[in-house]
Parts: sequence; structure tokens; C-alpha cells
Amino acid sequence: MGREEFLFLLAGLKWTVALSVVAFICGSIAGLIVALARTSGIFIVERLTAGYIAVFQGTPLLMQLFVVYYGLALIGIQMDAWAAVSVGLTLHASAFLGEIWRGSIEAVPRGQTEAAKALSLGYVSRMKDVVLPQAIRISLPATIGFLVQLIKGTSLASIVGFTELTRAGNIISNQIFQPLTVFGVVGALYFLMCCPLTIYGAHLERKFLTASR
Amino acid sequence: MNQTMNSATTTEPMISLSGVEKWYGAFKALDNINMSVAKGEKIVLCGPSGSGKSTLIRCINHLEVYQKGDIHVGGIMLGHGSKTIDAVRREVGMVFQQFNLFPHLTVLQNCMLAPMRSLGLDKAQAEDRARTLLERVKIAEQAEKYPAQLSGGQQQRVDIARALCMRPKAMLFDEPTSALDPEMVKEVLDTMIALAEEGMTMICVTHEMGFARQVADRVIFMASGAIVEEAPPAEFFSNPKHERTRKFLGEILGRH
Repeated sequence: MGREEFLFLLAGLKWTVALSVVAFICGSIAGLIVALARTSGIFIVERLTAGYIAVFQGTPLLMQLFVVYYGLALIGIQMDAWAAVSVGLTLHASAFLGEIWRGSIEAVPRGQTEAAKALSLGYVSRMKDVVLPQAIRISLPATIGFLVQLIKGTSLASIVGFTELTRAGNIISNQIFQPLTVFGVVGALYFLMCCPLTIYGAHLERKFLTASR
Repeated sequence: MNQTMNSATTTEPMISLSGVEKWYGAFKALDNINMSVAKGEKIVLCGPSGSGKSTLIRCINHLEVYQKGDIHVGGIMLGHGSKTIDAVRREVGMVFQQFNLFPHLTVLQNCMLAPMRSLGLDKAQAEDRARTLLERVKIAEQAEKYPAQLSGGQQQRVDIARALCMRPKAMLFDEPTSALDPEMVKEVLDTMIALAEEGMTMICVTHEMGFARQVADRVIFMASGAIVEEAPPAEFFSNPKHERTRKFLGEILGRH
């Protein structure tokens, strides 16, 4: 595998990173809304978001990407592959992050909310100043774990013709007939992205364990 | 404490409950509670565990929902809408058994948060007020520390200061010394006594009978969700009228 081919893989890597970042940022914003809706105490809102989460947790990501890519085209919304997979991954991430953060919000001791209420803090301040800062700490290991899954999940975007790292590897492999070498390099590139995150997640977990003692 | 009784110049009580009832499903947690607390009055609520005393004071700032009856605080009728609930919560401070300090904020930030967010103080005013009150509970030098770095007694004093930063008209204490190691009980009680001497209206759920003797204007004894007996401490301890009160006092004083 020559320099040209490697640079082509790096171009694919760039899109993998871009897709991961967009899906994670947009998914976090939507996921926060999902988590707040899921803990709102309003029955119908909680049921609806529980259903939303169940749908995305109960179906394969690949199918979700298909539905967004072909389904939206069917109802007249034309999107290029980049936009479609971004939307698909964002929805996917919002459901999973929403569920992770719901658990974290509920893991913050009830006395915290009671103290905030007794001090006449309103809902927004109670969440922003008291509950969420603690919930985020609790959720960090699981959130980073999901981010790693999400990075690897972007490889499924190759199926709708979006040239990210995996599809770039496929193209090169078909050109130079060295699948083992090419996908070895592709795998190493994924590993270089994900492994530091995993280590960072484990580090945070240890840090909060000692901090909470 | 007679001089504080005289300071109750208004006829309107600071806190009044009439016919308050609360159920947990079929279980009646509060049974026809009627009580009135004058401005500057200090009430000690006692009774066996599960008698509803914590539930009662938690109804006063609407941490618990009650099904029947009326509660008035500082002239405000406590409804079930968020507007009057917030108004009442600005008037009464609460101190918790488990402190419930915000662990991710420093002592100073714990005290500054609510005055800034719900009273609209700016940062300098809130900090000024917080430092003054931390000084008053004798813990000013710990202002920059996090709650986990403090002892239980220190945390409870911060909890008191945090509530006082809202300049409440009345304070509710929910077993403030029950979670403390014995050697830390005194520093918290001393803080509460000082507060009482300044004329604060207080309702304290506590088993500290020495505190009740020294500070309370009235002791209220509850059992099974109802008020069984109430009397000034001298009378309450020397001449309890009801059998349940005698039994309770026998148990609690026998241990000391």
C-alpha cells in the first residue's frame, strides 16, 4: 500500500471523525432533551420518550440509517448521504444518551432536589445548578463508552455510499487487492481513535470513585 | 423565653395548620393536624419514629403533598400551584437530617446559589451575605472547601447558614443532629440555640430533650400521625398527661 492509498484512507478518516463529532454533539443536545422529558414527571411525555428510546434501542443502527436515507427520500425530503447519516446517527445517539442520562439524573440523591426545592430554586436552576452537574459526573464513564460505540457505528454509513474510513478501505482494497493490509491499517486507525477514549473513561471512573469517598 | 413571646406583636400567627390530613395510599400519615406558631416562637416536635413529625414539617414547605386542610405561612396561603409554593419556600428555611449540601459546590457557593437564583442578588451581594452568615455559624474559614472535606457537624452548620442566606422568617429543622457523631451534636445545638436567642421562629423535629427544655416555648408530642399533647417544656417533662407521652419520655430519657 503506497502513500496515495494511505492518504485516501486518511481522507476517509476525516469524514469518520466529522460524522462522529456531529452525531455526538447533535445527539447530546437531543439526548439532553430526551433525558429531561423522560424525567419530567409528566406521564404522557415520559411514556412517549420511553417509546422513542425503545424503538432506537430495539432496532439495528443499520436499519435506522436505511430508514432515514430511503424513508426521508420517499416522503420527498431529498438529502445527500452525509446529511442523511448525520440525522440517522444523531437520532440513534439521542436515544442512547437520553437513556444513559435519565439513569444518571435518577441516581442523584433525592435529598439534592429536596434541598434545592426548599431553597425555592425553580426547575431550570434545580436542573442546571444542582442535578445535572452531578448527573454528568455519574454518567461520564457510560457516556464515553457510548461515544466509542458511536465512532465504530459510523462505519455503517458506508452502506448508503458515504465514503468514510471503512468505505475508503473497501475502495482501496478493491484497487490493490491487499485486503488484509488495508483493513489492518483501517482497524489500527479506529483503534487509535477509540482506545485513548476508553482509557480516559476508565481514568475518569477511578477519579470519581476516589472523589466520592 | 418569655421575652420572645412578647415580640409576637402581630395577632396573625407565623405558621398555622388547620385540619391537615395526608395519606400514603390507605395509610393515614397525618390526622387532622391543627397547630399555630406565633412569630418568634420555638416549637419542638417529638414522638416515636413513624409518628409523622418529619412529614408534618415537610408539608409546611410543600416537600410533601397533603390532601386536606390549609397551611398558612407568613400570611401566605399555601396552595398547590407553584407560585404560592415558591413564595412560601422563600419565607421558610429547612435544615435536613442528611444536610443535603450540594457536593459539587464549595461551602460559599452552596450559600450563594439560592439568593442569586431566587432572590435575584448579584454575586457580590450574595457573597457578602454568605460570608456574614458563615461567620455567624463560626465556619467562615472553611468557605472555600467542598462539603466532603468537612465534618458532619460543620456540614450541618453550613446547611443552617445556607438556609439563613435566604433571610427566612421561620426555620424548619428535620432531625438536624440525628445523623451526627455524638461529639458533634453540641456545636450544632449551640448554633440553633444562638439562632433561637435572636428571635427566629423555629419548628424543630428532634429527640434532643435538653435542647427542648432550654429553648422550646412549647413541646408538641405526636404519635400515629396525630398531635397527642402539647405543653410548655417544664410541664411537658414533669407532668405529661397522656399514657403514650409518658411511655415515650420513659424510653427516650431512660437512655440518657
